[in-house]
Amino acid sequence: MISLFARKYRCVEIVELVSAYLEDTLTRRQRARFDAHIADCADCRAYLEQMRLTIELTGTLREGDLSDAMRDEFGEVFRRMRDEGEI
Amino acid sequence: MFIEPTSVPVMFAGPAGAPFADSDAALVAQVREGSERAFVELVARHHGAMRRIARSYVPSDAVAEEVVQETWIAVLRGLKDFRGEAAFKTWLFSILVNRARSIGTRERRSSPHEDPHAVDPGRFGADGMWSRPPERWEDAVDERLDAAALGSTLDAALEKLPPRQREVLVLRDVEDLTSAEVSEVLGISEGNQRVLLHRGRSRLRNELERSLAA
Repeated sequence: MISLFARKYRCVEIVELVSAYLEDTLTRRQRARFDAHIADCADCRAYLEQMRLTIELTGTLREGDLSDAMRDEFGEVFRRMRDEGEI
Repeated sequence: MFIEPTSVPVMFAGPAGAPFADSDAALVAQVREGSERAFVELVARHHGAMRRIARSYVPSDAVAEEVVQETWIAVLRGLKDFRGEAAFKTWLFSILVNRARSIGTRERRSSPHEDPHAVDPGRFGADGMWSRPPERWEDAVDERLDAAALGSTLDAALEKLPPRQREVLVLRDVEDLTSAEVSEVLGISEGNQRVLLHRGRSRLRNELERSLAA
């Protein structure tokens, strides 16, 4: 429960806490204060969603990065090492 | 003569019927048995992250590719002794970072002291509330951009991050390493890792806002 005396977070604080919020490393009290702010503030809700989207988009960079020519090159390195008994 | 094990497919159906790729551990086991296909699959899977991390230490793309290739040669040589107790990814990226650092000339001036704000303080009023709120760029991702355009926007944004932030971001958000694994690979404290991750993600959001907001 949030103490009646707990000061409300301001937006400028929310943007510094958002990573800890997403990593789930806030204390229960901090989390409750964070949630209370987010419930009232559409701009910070948008900011939080954008941070989630940013993380999700970064995750998509995993795909499709190795050209066919490089696949062949790596395959050749592997075959050479395997045939020379290095593996 | 070595025969590719055709009985062990790279993809198989998951419990829900959706295909999912072999785990790194499964691929490593196949590589140990001499499977070239499994090796190339493993290389492809981590290439983007390895190249980006190597690039943050060395002066050119060509040198970064060399570091990546040398890393895989070291991995293949070391595979006999790799016990698989540590996650393969942690081992792989530790080798990469050590090699990149040993030949790299990255300037150390990008310290955690720079850019201490997640968002430009000028965007908040004296009361600490937004005066210039986040611009909405989420729709551009869904509607305006195809995957290729989005990929290059994202890459350009990532390139603008300070190298230390970028490597933490790549290890956490591209490679899905845990915070403890990232700390181990980079030899930094978890506290430092958290700060770099926070600044990197915040800065990346800013860059996306700048390039995507209509």
